[in-house]
Amino acid sequence: MEIMGNLGVLLALLGAVLAALVAGIGSAIGVGMSGEAAAGVVTEEPSLFSKVLVLQLLPGTQGIYGLLIGFVTLTQIGIMGGSSDISVIKGLLYLVACLPMAFVGYKSAIRQARASVASIGLVAKRPDQFGKAMIFPAMVETYAILALLISILAIFGINGLPV
Amino acid sequence: MAKNKTDYAYAVARIRSKELKLLSASFLEQLLSASDCESCLKLLAERGWGNGSGETPEEMLSTEENRIWELVEDLVKDTSVFHVFLYKNDYHNLKAAIKELHHRNGFPGIYLEHGTLSPQVIRKAVSENRFSDLPEAMQAPAREAYTALLHTHDGQLCDVILDRAALEATYQAGKVSGNEFLALYGELTVAAADLKTAFRSCRTGKSREFLTRALVPCDTLKLPELTQAAMEGTEAIGKYLENTPYREAADELKRSPSAFEKWCDNLLIRKIRPQLHEPFGLGPLAAYILARENEIKSVRIILFGKRNQLSEESIRERVRETYV
Repeated sequence: MEIMGNLGVLLALLGAVLAALVAGIGSAIGVGMSGEAAAGVVTEEPSLFSKVLVLQLLPGTQGIYGLLIGFVTLTQIGIMGGSSDISVIKGLLYLVACLPMAFVGYKSAIRQARASVASIGLVAKRPDQFGKAMIFPAMVETYAILALLISILAIFGINGLPV
Repeated sequence: MAKNKTDYAYAVARIRSKELKLLSASFLEQLLSASDCESCLKLLAERGWGNGSGETPEEMLSTEENRIWELVEDLVKDTSVFHVFLYKNDYHNLKAAIKELHHRNGFPGIYLEHGTLSPQVIRKAVSENRFSDLPEAMQAPAREAYTALLHTHDGQLCDVILDRAALEATYQAGKVSGNEFLALYGELTVAAADLKTAFRSCRTGKSREFLTRALVPCDTLKLPELTQAAMEGTEAIGKYLENTPYREAADELKRSPSAFEKWCDNLLIRKIRPQLHEPFGLGPLAAYILARENEIKSVRIILFGKRNQLSEESIRERVRETYV
């Protein structure tokens, strides 16, 4: 397989992989961190399992968004079927389009996990404040969704460009 | 030892649940208003204290002390990070061993269980005059205190030497730990002890030499100035404190000697309260250990006060502030 002739698809694939990989790593770190805190609470108070589980899972969404961006990119560049003959410029554009999800996904998952851990501590002390405790880490989700939105709009937009 | 800022998530979350079971100020009030020691024991047993088998106050308090360290061993793989809290027990045991040898008489219950060294090791080293069996930092003060007691029969001199060594060990351990909270603990422990020593020495007319020997250097107090103030009188101590981070103590000093002493006792627990809101790190764990030790001290004061039929007011004066 000639590398230079397929540089476009290679760059686009790199973008898809980065979105899934980097955001996925962020979520893995985040869910692991909040899982530790959740286990700590359940050790002392098993009845709080369902509440802390929700808080543990919040930083996991970035990994799902990364997977979605990766999947859409693979579909657009023809790797999942069809022609994968795309120009270098287009490949580069796909790579750039995937970056918001990759980087924002990684960082927001970790910051969201820190907020989740703090909220798990809150639930441990005041189980009746679960609703409020969920809002704090959920606020971080906003930025992951914004990154998802911009990546998805860019990926769909690139397809129609005459480059 | 400086670990990642997000470490101890499991331990801190468990501690958050445990904090709910700490004794509150209102519960201590309830204990204070109980008619006698037995009623206090009953109230404490209802809160889960002791093993529920109608134990004595000493047994109940010992059970609770053991529980602190059982929990710590459960939460942290390497408990050596908390040695900073245990040096005071080591030096207490060293003091007990030296005095026991001096009096050539065994006294039951004078050793503390939780230290970095077992009391038997310290006792054996002292009784066989083999101070080299002790950790390096303990050898010189142990030898000095032993010789001083042997030659002068001055128990207070022996206490001063070992108390100073214990404070220096705590301060040093805090400094080298690389942890902000443990360093703060070392600093506040030394500062509170220095303030109390300076104040008591001033009231009892101790010499400058005594103060120079007893006061331990720390970052927040200038010892030459504190010594000079202690030589001049309590007013001078108050004036000196105005220019330190402990200016609140100057007001307490004006109020009464016991208010000042109580302020010194409560200094640490006040400064560690922000750890109640820290989601990560060693700080909340360390603060919980200190909070438990603090509440055990308060309960000990109440139980023995009640047993010795002290008035409710005089017991209340000695009870410390709670963490929660």
